[in-house]
Amino acid sequence: MIDKRVASLAAAVEDIFDGATVMIGGFGEAGSPIELIHALIDQGARDLTVVNNNTGRGHVGLAALIENGRVRKMICSYPRTVGSRVFPQLYRSGKIELELVPQGTLAERIRAGGAGIPAFYTATSVGTPLAEGKEQRSFEGREYVMEFGLKADFALIKCRQADCYGNLVYNKTARNFAPIMAMAAATTIVQTGLLVDPGGIDPEVVVTPGIFVDRIVTVAEPAQEAKLVAEGRHYP
Amino acid sequence: MTTKKEQLCGWNREEMASRAALDIPDGSYVNLGIGIPEKVAQYVPTGREVIYHTENGLLGMGPVPAAGEEDPELINAGKKAVTAIPGAAFFHHADSFAMIRGQHIDICVLGAMQVSEQGDLANWSTGEPDAIPAVGGAMDLVAGVKTIYVITQHCTRDGEPKLVASCSYPLTGKAVVNRIYTDLAVIDVTPAGFQIVELAPGISFEDIRQRTAGRLLPVAR
Repeated sequence: MIDKRVASLAAAVEDIFDGATVMIGGFGEAGSPIELIHALIDQGARDLTVVNNNTGRGHVGLAALIENGRVRKMICSYPRTVGSRVFPQLYRSGKIELELVPQGTLAERIRAGGAGIPAFYTATSVGTPLAEGKEQRSFEGREYVMEFGLKADFALIKCRQADCYGNLVYNKTARNFAPIMAMAAATTIVQTGLLVDPGGIDPEVVVTPGIFVDRIVTVAEPAQEAKLVAEGRHYP
Repeated sequence: MTTKKEQLCGWNREEMASRAALDIPDGSYVNLGIGIPEKVAQYVPTGREVIYHTENGLLGMGPVPAAGEEDPELINAGKKAVTAIPGAAFFHHADSFAMIRGQHIDICVLGAMQVSEQGDLANWSTGEPDAIPAVGGAMDLVAGVKTIYVITQHCTRDGEPKLVASCSYPLTGKAVVNRIYTDLAVIDVTPAGFQIVELAPGISFEDIRQRTAGRLLPVAR
């Protein structure tokens, strides 16, 4: 019998270990699994490498994970969104590493990682500082750089609807990195707004097939990051 | 080019966006960058249907929602609330950038810090050691989109030319820019250098020449 539901946020993240690579879904606030991130802060794992497009805002969610000293390295495309205070400060004082990756290359590296492709070539970044030191090759008269697929030990993602097999449906632009991160992580942990019985999601509209998902926890009314930031909240 | 030039009154930001909008053909799939490029959508001539792509995962982006109607899970690449038109589609990041990298998007309009006469673009970093580097999707867009339009002031706030023989800032892409819309002129990037296509009202070739650091060609007669 397959039932990927877990009873609590704490149980969902309990085995995330020190030094793990964790992909965290979200583009800014949209799709950020804020309750899972807070559970990870409570759990205490340190020395993490985190893959996310940004570095969070204010002092909640991803920014709080970083502020609490749990992240050794960020792999991201845009670490200084409006309202991002924590990362820039730590970065300038040399307390956190940054691997800067163009957004589309980041997405494709994650997709490739999940699809069993160790590396690929892209024209993105050719002739720029981000191509320095990377293998280059010419195809049909155009230069390309080699980029490596990216895998993770864990992915934390958020969706709108799930069933116990792990089939997922997302909400609007909150989908962003979640489907590919689910593919690229050894263990994919999902917070869903709604849990339905098998058959409750039309197979034609499933976005992430359940095979890519390991654990599901229901968070019926997730917090809104913008609201917490506006209220000046800190986590914990 | 170190002496500060007098500020000329050519096109304002709205007029720059509106001039660029004239060059967006009916039926185009278009990605608009943050800032003045965002304004292009409101000036596309009536009767042309254009589909807007935002790289965080939406094709068919509509205008800004009414106050109180914002949805934190329906945003654009600048993380601002938007709407989805009837017939819109949502997709994940790998598909979104396949649209870009796979040359399915027709036109991208974006801002610039510098453009070289070879069409090199610098728009993501000043290269200063204490700057937090952040690139987002800019390198993917310029490498993958078929036509790249830049909208920018002709000079920096300090009066330095932004159209240069070669960029001093780190590049976003090499030989990628097709056309530049400044407050003073519309300029094509050609093998012979910056080719003026159209001057803003009251602006002369000499005005542009004094404010441009690369090879410059007057409007063809």
